[in-house]
Amino acid sequence: MSADDMENPGRTGEVLTARRAGLIGCGRCGRVHGPAARACLRCGGALVGRDRMSLQRVWAWLFAGIVVYIPANIYPMLLTSQFGRTSENTILGGVIDLVDHGSYGIALIVFTASVVIPIGKFIAIAYLALSVKSAVVIRGHGRQRLYEVVEFIGRWSMIDVFVVAILAALVQFDFVATVNPGIAAVSFALSVAFTMLSAQSFDPKVIWDAYEADDT
Amino acid sequence: MTEIPRIAEADLATLVACPACDALHRMAEVPAGGRARCHRCGTLLMAPREGALTRIVMLSATALVLMVAAVFFPFLELQAGGLHQRSSVFDAVMAFSEGLMLPLSVAVAALIVLLPLARFVAILYALAPMALGWAPAAHAAAAFRLAEALKPWAMAEIFIIGVAVALVKVAGLAQVSLGPAFWAFAALVMVTALKDNFMCRLTIWKTLEERARS
Repeated sequence: MSADDMENPGRTGEVLTARRAGLIGCGRCGRVHGPAARACLRCGGALVGRDRMSLQRVWAWLFAGIVVYIPANIYPMLLTSQFGRTSENTILGGVIDLVDHGSYGIALIVFTASVVIPIGKFIAIAYLALSVKSAVVIRGHGRQRLYEVVEFIGRWSMIDVFVVAILAALVQFDFVATVNPGIAAVSFALSVAFTMLSAQSFDPKVIWDAYEADDT
Repeated sequence: MTEIPRIAEADLATLVACPACDALHRMAEVPAGGRARCHRCGTLLMAPREGALTRIVMLSATALVLMVAAVFFPFLELQAGGLHQRSSVFDAVMAFSEGLMLPLSVAVAALIVLLPLARFVAILYALAPMALGWAPAAHAAAAFRLAEALKPWAMAEIFIIGVAVALVKVAGLAQVSLGPAFWAFAALVMVTALKDNFMCRLTIWKTLEERARS
C-alpha cells in the first residue's frame, strides 16, 4: 500500500499546527480541542499545550541515570563461586570473559546492551534537550528519527539484568558452582529505568516548535 | 504572524493533531491495509487493518493463557555431573529476593510478568466488548490508556533474549535442556509482537469514542 498523506488544512507553504491555530492537540490520541480544554474528550488523558516543565524533567531523570550508571560499572554484577573460589565480575569483566571463551557474538550483544546503548542514550538525550534551545546541525527529521530510536532501543539495555537473574536462579549447585547477583545489577536496572523515564519526559513537539519560531 | 483560519468547535472532531509534531490534519477515511502518515514529520498516524479488533482480542487472550503456563511450568533444566537444577520463571524472579536485592526482585517480576499481564487484561477489558459488538465497558478509555502507558515497560521479549545469552554462558559448564515454559514464553513473545502489529492507536481511540456515544 502506498503511503498517502492526510490533508493539512493550512497547506499553503507552511505547516499549520494545533498550537498555531490556538488549539490543543492530544499527544495520545490526536483529538483536537479548544484552548480551554483540560482533559481529552476522546481518551480522557490530561491535556497540555506545551509542557514547560518537560525539559527540566528530562534533565533530572538523565542526571539520575548517569549517576547510578557509575556504580553499575564499578561494583560487581555477578558473584561466581566454583569449588570454594569466588570471583567477581563487573559488566566489562563479563564481556572480557565471554571474549576469552570465544563467544564473540554474545560478547557483542552484552557489550552493546550494557555499554554502547546506555552511553549512546545519555549523549542522544542530552543532544536532543540542548538542541531545543540552540542552533543545531541535524534538521527536524533527523532529530525526530533520533528520538524514535532512543525511545525504542532504551529498554533493550535491561538484557543484562535478566541474564544475571536467570543465571542466579539456574546455577545453584552449592559447593560446585553458584552464581549470585551483585549490587551493580540494582544500579544498572535503575539507570535503565531512569533514562527510559527521561526519554519519555521529552516532548517531541518541541523539536518542531523551533521551526515555527523563526517564520512567525 | 500569518493569518490563521478560524476553526469551528464542531469541526474539531474531524481534525487530527500529529502526536509527535502537532501538525494539524483533516481526518480522512483510511482504507483497511492503508497507511496515513503525518505530512510534516512522517510519523505513522493510522494503519487500520481488516478485522483488527477481533484479532487483537484473540491474541491478547492467547497471550494471557501462555503467560500462566510460562510462569509456572519448568523453564530450564540444568545438569552437571549428577547434579541437576530445575528452575521456572518464578525462580528467576526470586533470584534477587535476598536482602538489599529485594526491590530488584519485585522490579523483575513486574517487568517480565506483572506488567505484560496487566497490559493484556487492560486491552481485553477495553476492546473485548466492542469485538463482540457491544458498547465499550465503563472506563474502557482509562483501561486502554493504561495499556498504552505500560507498553515500554512490558519487557517479555527482552527477557527471552536474556535467556539466550544466559544459555550460552552456562553451556560450557553444564547440560541445559529447555522446559515447556520456555516454549510458552517464546510463543508469548511472538503473539505479543503480532498483536502490537495489528494495533492502530488512532483507529482504536476513534472507535472507542464512536461506540461509547451510540
